Parts: sequence; structure tokens; C-alpha cells
Amino acid sequence: MSIHRDGDRYKLFSRRAAMLAGGKLALLTTLVGRMYYLQVIEADKYKTLAEDNRISMRLLPPPRGRILDRRGVPLAVNEQNYQVLLVPEQARDVNETLTALDAVIGLTGGERKRILREIKRKRSFVPVTVRENLTWEDVARIEVNTPDLPGIMIDVGQSRYYPEGVATAHVLGYVAAVSEKELTGDPLLELPGFRIGKAGMEKVHDLALRGAGGTSQVEVNAFGRVIRELNRQEGRPGADVRLTIDFSLQKMAAERLGEESGVAVVLDVHTGDVLALASNPSYDPNAFNRGLSSKEWKTLVNNPRTPLNNKAISGQYAPGSTFKMLVALAALEKGAITPQQKVFCEGHMELGNAKFHCWKKHGHGPQDMHEAIMHSCDVYFYEIARRTGIDRIAAMARRFGLGDVLGLELPGERRGNIPDKDWKRAIYGEPWHMGETLIAGIGQGYVLATPLQLAVMTARLANGGYAVKPRLTRRIEQATDENAAQIDAPGSLGVNPNHLKLIREAMEAVANEPGGTAFRSRIVKPGMEMAGKTGTAQVRRISKAEREQGVLKNDELPWEQRDHASFVGFAPIEAPRYAVAVVIEHGGSGSKAAAPIARDILIEVQKRNPGRPPTQMQEAKL
Amino acid sequence: MSRRRLNEFDLTLGQKLLQMNWMFIILLGVTVAIGVGMLYSAAGGDFNPWASRQMIRFGVGVAIMIVVALVDVRIWMKLAYPFYVVALILLVLVELKGSIGMGAQRWINLGFVQLQPSEVMKVALILALARYFHGANLEDVGRIPYLIVPLIMVGAPAVLVLRQPDLGTALMLIASSGAIFFLAGVRMWKFGVVLTMALAAIPIGWQFLHTYQKNRVLTFLDPERDPLGAGYHITQSKIAFGSGGVFGKGFMLGSQSHLNFLPEKHTDFIFTMLAEEMGLLGGLGLLGLYFLILIYGYAISVQSQNHFGRLVGLGITSTFFLYVFINIAMVMGLVPVVGVPLPLISYGGTAMLTLMFSFGLLLSVSIHREVSIARRGGEEDV
Repeated sequence: MSIHRDGDRYKLFSRRAAMLAGGKLALLTTLVGRMYYLQVIEADKYKTLAEDNRISMRLLPPPRGRILDRRGVPLAVNEQNYQVLLVPEQARDVNETLTALDAVIGLTGGERKRILREIKRKRSFVPVTVRENLTWEDVARIEVNTPDLPGIMIDVGQSRYYPEGVATAHVLGYVAAVSEKELTGDPLLELPGFRIGKAGMEKVHDLALRGAGGTSQVEVNAFGRVIRELNRQEGRPGADVRLTIDFSLQKMAAERLGEESGVAVVLDVHTGDVLALASNPSYDPNAFNRGLSSKEWKTLVNNPRTPLNNKAISGQYAPGSTFKMLVALAALEKGAITPQQKVFCEGHMELGNAKFHCWKKHGHGPQDMHEAIMHSCDVYFYEIARRTGIDRIAAMARRFGLGDVLGLELPGERRGNIPDKDWKRAIYGEPWHMGETLIAGIGQGYVLATPLQLAVMTARLANGGYAVKPRLTRRIEQATDENAAQIDAPGSLGVNPNHLKLIREAMEAVANEPGGTAFRSRIVKPGMEMAGKTGTAQVRRISKAEREQGVLKNDELPWEQRDHASFVGFAPIEAPRYAVAVVIEHGGSGSKAAAPIARDILIEVQKRNPGRPPTQMQEAKL
Repeated sequence: MSRRRLNEFDLTLGQKLLQMNWMFIILLGVTVAIGVGMLYSAAGGDFNPWASRQMIRFGVGVAIMIVVALVDVRIWMKLAYPFYVVALILLVLVELKGSIGMGAQRWINLGFVQLQPSEVMKVALILALARYFHGANLEDVGRIPYLIVPLIMVGAPAVLVLRQPDLGTALMLIASSGAIFFLAGVRMWKFGVVLTMALAAIPIGWQFLHTYQKNRVLTFLDPERDPLGAGYHITQSKIAFGSGGVFGKGFMLGSQSHLNFLPEKHTDFIFTMLAEEMGLLGGLGLLGLYFLILIYGYAISVQSQNHFGRLVGLGITSTFFLYVFINIAMVMGLVPVVGVPLPLISYGGTAMLTLMFSFGLLLSVSIHREVSIARRGGEEDV
């Protein structure tokens, strides 16, 4: 009985054991199937994923190219920036290390808090920046105390530095951290701490200066720690950019402008090389790289003398009497007057029932063209402008570079304004009035020009009527090829050379003959004499009542209401090489405020003679 | 009479050693050797800290196994209930002591050794259930009241382990017990009813799960749910597994394992490391060894002349299988991540010693396979 019963039990057990075994076999088969699926069918996908895990690409930022002046003097360089880093996992006790470091370089409570916060956020082998821009003394002190500072490390980064920042700011611009909307897909821009050009030549030549990033393929572990480098591709360092600027002249011009809100532009009349382009007041571009406080930023933005504005290209001023040469040329070309014909100046001219005044209240008497330019007689130019007509004056002005952008590399260049009949109809929907021609004849009214345009105009007068264009970039120096910017010989403006000669002689008289408006600012050194023309542009309207009571002197007016002073000139007279334009905002009269500065600059540029190409030896030395 | 009969099945020490299934022991040795190799690789080519200790533990384990194997299966049957009671008391102690510590309380310090009562219970429960069902005939098993005692025997430790909390071990206890119930002849429909009830209870039980347990299940259902959090382990494990391909990346050359993308590579995820470095072939090789061990387990169980031995043998074999299956299925993303080590391979002292102890029981069943034991105490009357 019991055997039978146990037999039943055994039979059931055997059956159940077989079923269990079958179940297990099925499950084992599932495992094998899954292994086959993962390791054979999906193997390639997972191999790729494993490689992605393992290999990480690191970008190697290239050193930014330098910016040099025409002789190779560095204007923008990369400075080594020493920073202290703390690697938490290498410190026995982070707090202890920080306390020891505090004894060496002194840490503020805020710094300490920030460091501890960053340590908490980052993985323990990732260095945390303790302080940037260390002085050399601090570096030395830390190095000496290294044994007491476990986990502390000195690292050298690079930061942009402008040795003469304030004098060159408007040409060079500055670099600063990349903003969201400047991301172009270049992965370099996404590197923390990467800087790009934001203004000036730094911005214009940003791509060349930037170079190309290298890459380093590294094997990393799950925590991101680099195990070893697998492959490395060196980048291309940024190219040096050589400017046409002559640094010493630039600095001298900036300093000579001094506290004034003004501009000085110096051109080589044959090549268009901008030898100096100073706009005061200026700012320190190094501050932008460092990062401005909101207070510093507000001070810059709210300054009425607009230090952030490059007035040489974006300041638009009535050219005043510096425009008169172009009116004279237009009149001569039309035959509206001959050089010898005289116009009588009695201090004013009447047109209809309007009265147009000469700056000299009681008049110049009879004036021919030479005298009129030399004395800057307004009535003479009212008269020849009336005879010539605005459209011809405007056409002549445009030939000399006014009324449109000149294509200097810098961003923010303005057009100025040269009005004519069509322009007025288009803008105001009104016909042109003859009175407006008269006003334009003395470079006021609707006429506006930038200081750069005035300099180009002067260069074109001085070089015999060739359409020279200004340029700032001498060449971009690559490691391999040297692509010196080719200047095409400028085409002729088609102005009668005799007329130009007349004008130049008159400009010579301005600055050399007694009675010339700039006679007091003449250059006496033989061979360096300059020619020029003063300009004084009203910024307010002088009412009839005021004129009767006696016009207020500039000194008696608030700064914003004083006249703009300007002077354009070139030197030397015999074979002109350099043109200069100086504009002093609200500086008073051109002869007093602008001419002396222009004179000093022209003396300096002739002494330095930067138009001459640097000799082989100088090139090799730089 | 009873005394003489008893002696009839008694074997001398020499006979027992002769009867010992040495091939099985060699099989275990080969499997452990693979594990030691992987632990050597996991340590970056060093016997320290894992491989050397694992070898020592295996040595100790073999000694324990042989001692256990030499003890008569009838003595093990007599000890089954006391053993179970001790294990249960230890679990209660852990529960009481556990309130002091923090997190999961699974260990009890006996002064000289750290004991994990849930591991002890795994063996004790198999012994106790085997003893209970040994005395049951098919009619008994058919009666529901008869099943109440064994259900309590399973339920009590399962609840205690669940409270630790250790869902994985609790489920393992229930699953191996289920195998014994099944082999003892409990009707299929009853399993059906219990399974249905369990499924119905899931929504209620879900509320009692800890957040990390819920996350594991959710992550299993959708590993990309949180690829850097809870799903990270399983995603990295699958990448390591798949990238091994057919032939593997080579010994000590697994990038996922050695660059630490693979978590717990010396314990729960060691099979992944093997698959990454040795490929499909290595994985199948180890699976083959496990298959052979299971065959031995079945052969020993089926050959046993007493029901206790049969139930103990297959109970142990089934538990072993469950461990192997759940671990490998887990690392391949087939089941949720549960803390189940890979038997004989994963680094871990208690698991190794418990396993060797239970293999000792299996060998005892093998050596004493000719012993027949009466349904209610004493020997079976032939």
C-alpha cells in the first residue's frame, strides 16, 4: 500500500521535475536568445555607443594672433594670465589648504564661499579656480609655499592685453566673452572663457586672428577623468595682423588732442594708409576683457563726450570752411568764375530779402579766389556757389570722397551728407532753395562729413586728384603665405591739374602768408611746411537780434553750443606725403583750436616719415 | 529491529568519500576559476582585493561542503525544523536590531562573523519544507488545510525579509518554495489561484514599495526614462554586453568595465564584464557550465530513494537556477535590477558559503541516495 502510494508520489514528482526542467530549459533558451540579440544583431550599435562613452574630444584653443603697427610694434598681445587652481581630491583637507593659502595671498570671505560652493558642484578631480590674474609676486609666494598647500596648482592661461589701450582703443576695439547670439557653430566659441573681437580691428579680423582650434582625442572614464590621449590634431594659431597705423604717431596724436573731445586722422596721400586715427576721449579696452562693472559701463555710456564712439568714422560734422576748396573747384570746372575775377565782400550778401553774413563783420573788400580761400571769405563763396549751383558742388564733393562710406575696414562708418536737389525732394518733398546753395557753399546747412572723409578729401587734393582710399590693414601674416593687401594705383578724379594747383597754392597761403587764417600755426622748419584750411562750423543758429547786439564769443557760451573747430592740411608743400584732418567738437575757431594740433601732428609725421616702407633690417628685427 | 535497519544504510567514511561526486566538485572548481579570472580583471590585473579572497572563500566553502556532504541525510532531516527555527529567530533579531541602524538591515553581528540571516533562511526553508512534504501523501497534499503550515513556514520569513527591506530575497524565498510545493504535488489550479491573487495584489503592494524599488521597476519598463540616474546601470550594462560581440574585447580589455561605466562589475554585473571581454562565446561557455551543474542537480535528485532528498536536491537546484537566471536576465535588461549575485562568480562571502553549504546538502543527498526514510520518522518499511 505504502509502496504503491510512494510510487504514485514518485511518478508525480518525476513528472513535475520534468516539467520544471522544461521550464528552466525554456528560460535558459531565452537567455541565449537575448545574448545573441545583444551581441550579434545589435553588436554594432553597442560598439559605437561604447566608443562614444570611452572617447571624448577636447578642443585645444589656438593662441589669438597679435595686432601690430606698421613697423611691427605690438598693439594687441596675449599675456600670460597666472591663476591658482585647487584640485579638491589632491588636498588632504580643503579647508586646511584654503586657510594655508589665505596666509600666503589672502582670501576674502566671499572668495572662500564661492570656492567651497564650486567644489561641491564639481567632481573632485576637476580643478576649481581660486583666483585669476595673479601678480608675479603672488605666484612666487605660492610656489615657495607649495609643500604646505596640497591640492594647489598654478596654471597659465592667456588673456588679451593692449599695452597702450587708451591710445589705440578706437582702432583695435576689444575682445570679450562670446554672447549667445554670436554662436556660429564653431565649437571654439563654446569653450568657457573664450574671447572674440567685439569692436574695431579685433572684430573685423576676428576669424584670421582666431585661428583654428586643434582637437585632442582622449580616453575618459565614467567620471570624465582623462585616462590617456589617443590622438592629437594641432590647430592653427591665429594670424598676426599688421596695421597701417604708426603707433608712435597714433599715441602722439591722441595725447596732443588731450582733454578735448576731438579727432585726428593722418593719411598717406598716395597709398591711403591710415597712419593715425585718434578719437578722444577714449576708453581702456583691457577693462572689457576683464569684464566691466555696471558702474564703469554706465560712466562710459553716459559721458556726453561719447568715449565709446569712434568719432573719426561715425562723427558727422558740418565741414564749414574746409568745404570751400571743393566749391571753388566746382566753380572753376563750370567756368562760373576765373581765378582772377574778384568778388566784393562788404560783410554780407543779400538774396531776395534774406541776408547772408560773412564771418568778418565789416567785410574783406574785393577778393579773388586765392585771397578768398586764404581769408576764408564767406561772401566770395556765397557768390560762386550761387553761380555754380548745388548739383555741381555736390558732384565735386562726391568725387573727393564725401557723402558716402569710404570702405575703411572699421565697422560703424557713417556716410556724412552731401545734399543736392534730388536729395531734398526725396527727403523733404520740397524744392531746393537758392539760399540753401549759399549755405552749402560755406560747408554748412545740410552738408555733413566725417573727419575721415575730410582727411581723404585733403589727401585727394594733395596727391594731384587721385581717388585714393583709406585703409587700416597692411597685411595679415600667416605662417605660410604672405598676402600683402594689394593696393591698386588709385584712378584719377578727372580734375583739371591747374585748378588743383591753384587750390593747393591758396591752401599754402592759408598757413604761410600773413593774413592767412592759420598763419599763426605755420610750420617754419624748411622742407616741412604745411598747407591747409581752417573750418569753424556753427552748431546754433545766430538770430538777427543777437547779431545786432553783438555775437557772443565762443568762450562765453556753454560747451555744447560752441562751434566745432576743424582743420585740414597736408605736408610737405613741395611733394605732399601726408594729409591730416583735425576736428575738435565745440572747440571754437578752427584757426585757434584745430590748426595748432594739426601742425604738431604734421611735424611729427614728417620727422618719423612712416610712409617710407620699413627697411629689410627693420622687418627682420620685428 | 529499527536499530539494525538503520545500520543497513550506514556507510563508512571511506565509502562515503568514494561515493562523493568528485566530478561535480571539479565542475564547481572550473566555474569558480572563471569567476576568479574575472575578479582579477575587474581589479585591473590584480589578485587583490577580490580574486585572492574569493579563492580562499572557495577553499573554505569546499571544506564546509565536504563536511556537510558527509553528514547523513537523515540527520539533516532531523535538524531541518530546529535549523529553520534558529534561522527565523535570527531574522527576528535582525528586525529588532535593525531599528537602531540605518537603511537596509540585513546583517547580524555574532561577534566572530557577520551573519546574513536571510541567506541562512534560504537553506533552512528548503530543508523544512522538504521535511514537511516528505511526510505527506498525495491525499494530504490535496487537502487545503494541510497546506496552511507550509504556507506559514514560507510566509513568516518572507514578510520579515520584506521588512528589511529586501524585496529580491523575499521573492527568491517564495519562488524556491513554490518549486518545492510544485514538486510535492500541489495541484496546478492552486498555483493559478495564488498567482492571480498575487497579480491582483500588485497595485496594493506597489504603495508599500520604497521609492528606489519603484524606480527600479519603472526603469526596467523604460530604461531611457532617466539615463543618467536609475536607468544608467542597465543602459551601461547593455552597452558593455552588446559591444563585446561574438569574440569579446579580450581579457582585461573591456573598456566599459575598466573605465567604470559598468557599475558593480565585481558583484552583480560580473556577467556583463565576462560578456564584454570574452564575448558571446565566453557567455555561452559559462552558461554551459551552469547547465552541467543543473544536470548534476537533477540527476542526483531523481536518483535519491527518499522523498526528502529528492525535494532538497531539486529545491537547491531550483534556487541555484533562479539565481543564475535572474542575475543574467537582469544584466541583459530582461528583468528589473534586483540585487542578486551570480552564483560561484560574483564576489561575496556569505553568498559563496551559503551556496557551498547547500551544495554540501546536495552531495549528502547524492551519497545517501540509497537511504530510504519512512514517511513519519524512522525508515521506510520496504
